[in-house]
Formats: sequence, structure tokens, C-alpha cells
Amino acid sequence: MAGVEKNMPILIVDDYKTMLRIIRNLLKQLGFDNVDEATDGSGALQKLRDKEFHLVISDWNMEPMSGLQLLKEVRADVKLKELPFIMITAESKSENVIAAKEAGVSNYIVKPFNAATLKGKLTAVLGNF
Amino acid sequence: MNAEVESRLAALGKPGAGVDPADIAEVVESVLGSISGDKSGINLKLYEDIEALAKFIAAAKSDIASLRADEINTKFIPTASDELSAIVGATEHATNEIFEAVETIEAASGEMEPEAAAPFADAVTRIYEACSFQDITGQRITKIVKALEEVETRVSSLLKAFGEQVPERTFDAPPPAAAEPGPDAGAQALSDEELKNGPQLPGNAMSQEDIDALMASFD
Repeated sequence: MAGVEKNMPILIVDDYKTMLRIIRNLLKQLGFDNVDEATDGSGALQKLRDKEFHLVISDWNMEPMSGLQLLKEVRADVKLKELPFIMITAESKSENVIAAKEAGVSNYIVKPFNAATLKGKLTAVLGNF
Repeated sequence: MNAEVESRLAALGKPGAGVDPADIAEVVESVLGSISGDKSGINLKLYEDIEALAKFIAAAKSDIASLRADEINTKFIPTASDELSAIVGATEHATNEIFEAVETIEAASGEMEPEAAAPFADAVTRIYEACSFQDITGQRITKIVKALEEVETRVSSLLKAFGEQVPERTFDAPPPAAAEPGPDAGAQALSDEELKNGPQLPGNAMSQEDIDALMASFD
């Protein structure tokens, strides 16, 4: 796949505002400027239902709705089920990765991560850019 | 007397037989149990056991009191929790200060020639990457605070069991177990709460390469 639209709307979800800022800035450096934010799964789900996004990048460990629950809600929603979904999380146990994969995650990045890893996963999910 | 008791008494009475006090106690209990009619002997033993237990509990209570276990709840754990929270706040503040400075550098380098700006862009990226420490340390400290709260709760329970007055301290209520809305079956083997492990220590954590391999194994 080629020709990724850099202006595609992306939703990033994390309860740490610092991490939202890091991901937003790294995405900006990769050329993705159209980024919106949510601080937990329920807020993200509302935004996903209100507006069209082309990619979700979500943390796992959030309250009240976790990233895994958000992923399951997305995959259970007929309008959202095909939405690319990348999990960026400190959860690095194999059972976490398996649970996320079984729930339909598109890719999985373990924190702390670097820009090259983020770029690699974006390419794997969206195609070359 | 029943045959089993007779047999055990005979065994104990043999010359040279090693006698275990526990065996004697068992045999005596069996004998008492086999007596019909007046069981005052059984009651007496029961009272003796209860008295011994009461003395043991009183001694344990005295030992715990001498440890000033109440200070664990009223002083040490609240202080430790506050200090840890202060660390999170301070590192978050410092990280935001770093961001402000880096974003200024980034904006300024954006007006430079691309070749000249490239080293700045690389440096800025490395700073952003490094700043993710704040998220990881915050999650680690949250795990420690939760562990301290668990210790505090258990100490409170212990003190209450021994009749000590324990001042109540409220924690943030644990999040209610949310409904599992997803359609998948396999991931429900562990609940979402059970899967919230937080950052792992070096050596326990899977690397990004390990995770990539695990993800690929599903394809």
C-alpha cells in the first residue's frame, strides 16, 4: 500500500498528558498533524462515534475504560470494526499481547518506545509513507 | 476400649519402642473419646487447650503492640505515599518544562534550512523519546503506592482483630470491574483488571522484538 494521507485524522488515547504530548509531537515529526486526543476509553469511544478517524493509538491502562475495553468496543461496533488500532502500552507480558491480539489489535508497541518503532508500526498498519 | 486403641497402646508398650509425645496425646484422646458416660476429662482438656490458645493470642497481641504497628498506618505509609506522589508531580512538572523548551527549539529550527535543521530535529526526537520516562516512572510509583495501601489495609485488619483502635483512612476506591463488551472468547481467560500489570522490571519484560514475534505468530 502506498500514498498514505498525512492529513488523516488520528485519535491518540492516554491518561498521561505527558505521553499524549510525546505521541502528538512524534506524529508531527512524522508529518501527521491532524491529531485529536482522549484521556480514557470512554472519551475516545465518544469521539470515534462523533467523528471519522483513520487510526487509533491507545494506551492500555486507563480508567474508567481501559484501552483493551476500547478495542473490544471498536471491534464490536459495525461502523468502527475495521478501524486500525495500535496499542502503545507498558503492559509487556505475553498474556497482554495475546489478549490484545485476540481482541483484534492491529499492532502493539511497548513503552518506552522510540520514533523509529512508532514509524515502523505506522508503516505496518497504514502502508509506506 | 476399641481394637485400634488397644493395638496402639500395645505398640507403645513394647520394650525399646520410640515414644513420640504426639502419639501419646493421640492415644489419650482416643481413650477419652471411647469413654461413655462422664466426659469431664474431655472438657478439661478442651479448657486447657483454649486457655493455652488465649495465652498465645495475648502474647502475640503484646508483641504486636510493642512493635507500634499503629505507626505503620498513621505515620509511615501516609508519609511514603505523599513522598511518592510528590515525585510523580515533580517529574511531571519537569517534563513539561522540558517540553516547553524543546518545542521552542523545534519551532526555531523549522525556520532554518533543512540541512541545518536536521541535527536539531534528531535531538528533539531523542528528547521526546527520553521524556517517556515520566509515564513509566509514574506507573511504577502507582504500583508501589497500591502495594503500600494493601499493607496498610492488612495491618489495620490485624490491629482491629486485636481490639486496637485504628483511625480510618480512605483511599480512592478501586475501579469497579467493568463489563467485558468484546466479542472475543480467548482474551476473557483473564479479566481486564487481571491484565493490568503495569511496567515489568528489566528481565521480566518482553522486548519489542519478542512482542513482534508473538504478534506474528498469530498470522
